Amino acid sequence: MKNIFLICQKELKSYFASPIAYAVMAIFGLIFGWVFFNATRDFIRFSFQSQMMGGGGATNVNDQIIRPLLGFAGTIALFLVPMITMRLFAEEKRTGTIELLLTSPVKDIEIILGKWLGAVALFVCVLLMSMLNIALLFAWGKPDLKPVLVAYLGLLLQGATLLAIGALISTMTRNQIIAGIATFFASLLLWLLSWSTAFDSSWLPQLLNYMSIVTHFENFGKGVLDSKDVVFYLSMIFLSLFLTSRSLESLRWRA
Amino acid sequence: MIKVEGLTKRYARTIAVDNISFEVDKGQIVGFLGPNGAGKTTTMRVLTCFLPPTEGSASVGGFDVLEQPMEVKKRIGYLPETPPLYPEMEVVEYLRFVGKLKGISNADIARRVAEVTERCALGDVRSRLIGKLSKGFRQRVGLAQAIIHNPDVLILDEPTSGLDPKQIIEIRELLRSLAGEHTIILSTHILSEVEHTCERVIIIDRGKLVAIDSVANLTNRLRGAEAVAVEVEAAGGHPDPSDVQQRLEQVPGVSRVVMKDSRDARLLFEVESLQGRHVRADVARSVVGAGWNLNELRSVGLSLEEVFLQLTAAEPKEKEAEPATEGGQKQ
Repeated sequence: MKNIFLICQKELKSYFASPIAYAVMAIFGLIFGWVFFNATRDFIRFSFQSQMMGGGGATNVNDQIIRPLLGFAGTIALFLVPMITMRLFAEEKRTGTIELLLTSPVKDIEIILGKWLGAVALFVCVLLMSMLNIALLFAWGKPDLKPVLVAYLGLLLQGATLLAIGALISTMTRNQIIAGIATFFASLLLWLLSWSTAFDSSWLPQLLNYMSIVTHFENFGKGVLDSKDVVFYLSMIFLSLFLTSRSLESLRWRA
Repeated sequence: MIKVEGLTKRYARTIAVDNISFEVDKGQIVGFLGPNGAGKTTTMRVLTCFLPPTEGSASVGGFDVLEQPMEVKKRIGYLPETPPLYPEMEVVEYLRFVGKLKGISNADIARRVAEVTERCALGDVRSRLIGKLSKGFRQRVGLAQAIIHNPDVLILDEPTSGLDPKQIIEIRELLRSLAGEHTIILSTHILSEVEHTCERVIIIDRGKLVAIDSVANLTNRLRGAEAVAVEVEAAGGHPDPSDVQQRLEQVPGVSRVVMKDSRDARLLFEVESLQGRHVRADVARSVVGAGWNLNELRSVGLSLEEVFLQLTAAEPKEKEAEPATEGGQKQ
């Protein structure tokens, strides 16, 4: 437990000692802020108009700003994850520091959990930054808090899943760029799977749809906390981290 | 302290280490000597639990590397060929991290870090970024990292490679000061390195054990077996190279004569003697007796390859086994 925390702390520190943390946060902040600005501006225009027309359409901050905004944040996360995970193991393999970790009295699983949690911690920093924007809505409006929290839980789970997959891919190469690109395409694939089932109800498209990482976010986005979705994310994380530990062990037998 | 029995490590197509057995007692400094690709690093990686052995067993302090790796790892300090450093960390920050990773408690960490920075003379660079350090300092940080948890066994893979002569001397002195409290295995492909620091030598070549002996015994075995460079010049006109070669070969005690160079009327030969024979006087007499000029006569140290030749020639059995190891050559 102590070791997990130690490695997690070291990972988080090295993210902030390199440009990665700042790049990820800046990209996310810019895109999220811009989308937030547009959504809010349109919303204000719309509510003025409906007031002048005589109070017809109901306006709801949750439905019209927060839900699409956080859904979009989930999509941006797909693109940020490779930047976060590409160096996790690939860099240590290239510089040889992996030898230090693997010859220290630390279990493999502690190394993996530590590194993954370090990546998750950076992702949490990114999410915290987006909360600044949402806080403005709470300052001047009265949105419902609960669906926002559920949506953030969804974002966190989705991000953690992708980060676990990224960590797995990073153990497979010593080249960060390759790890990054492979993770990007893996995330893209998991995202695209949701497109496979427009109107088809046979088992294969349904299965593919179930595997898609975005499908399970939809409920969270609506503010619905369904244990089915939580279980999906948790089992994906477990599977990815388990495969990561296998991959790390195979390093010993191959190297 | 360290016990290796019948250790074999096979990769897909090559045998890196082939049936090696040795023991190292507590407090000894042992040199692990062999040319590049002899299997030194592989053996060390097995001892540090980084690689599992294909066959055979290895144990450190009575704990087997496969069965109780955690116990082994606690007792070992390891400096790989390239020191495992994080360039974005400061020296002290890095040592604290490694120290905690090796299981030093929060209460002791500051004291241990201060001790190793003092010992490895890192005081001046304690708050510098590792990425900005010179090669010599990095090597010392690597060494500090290996000794921070005061391990029983230190395993150092080519600790002096790539350093300048002054730095090499500093590292050697540091190693000697560490002996006694720690059992040290260090690998190198430089013969003099072993003579300077080690008490015992383990020589391996192409994955096979060639010799285990104390440094004193080994130099005794090799004493007298010398190589001499001889430059011969004809008084007038050109001497016939084959003539000179023949004459040198006839000197008693000479095992091999190789012509190295010929410039105008001057011919340069390298003469190797049999073990325990001093041939310089006879060579000189023979050259002068034939009416040639002896321009130069100087002994050249035996290179590692020649040491191997000498050692394997002394043990014919080993020589017969040599063709079988060719598969391991690439490794």
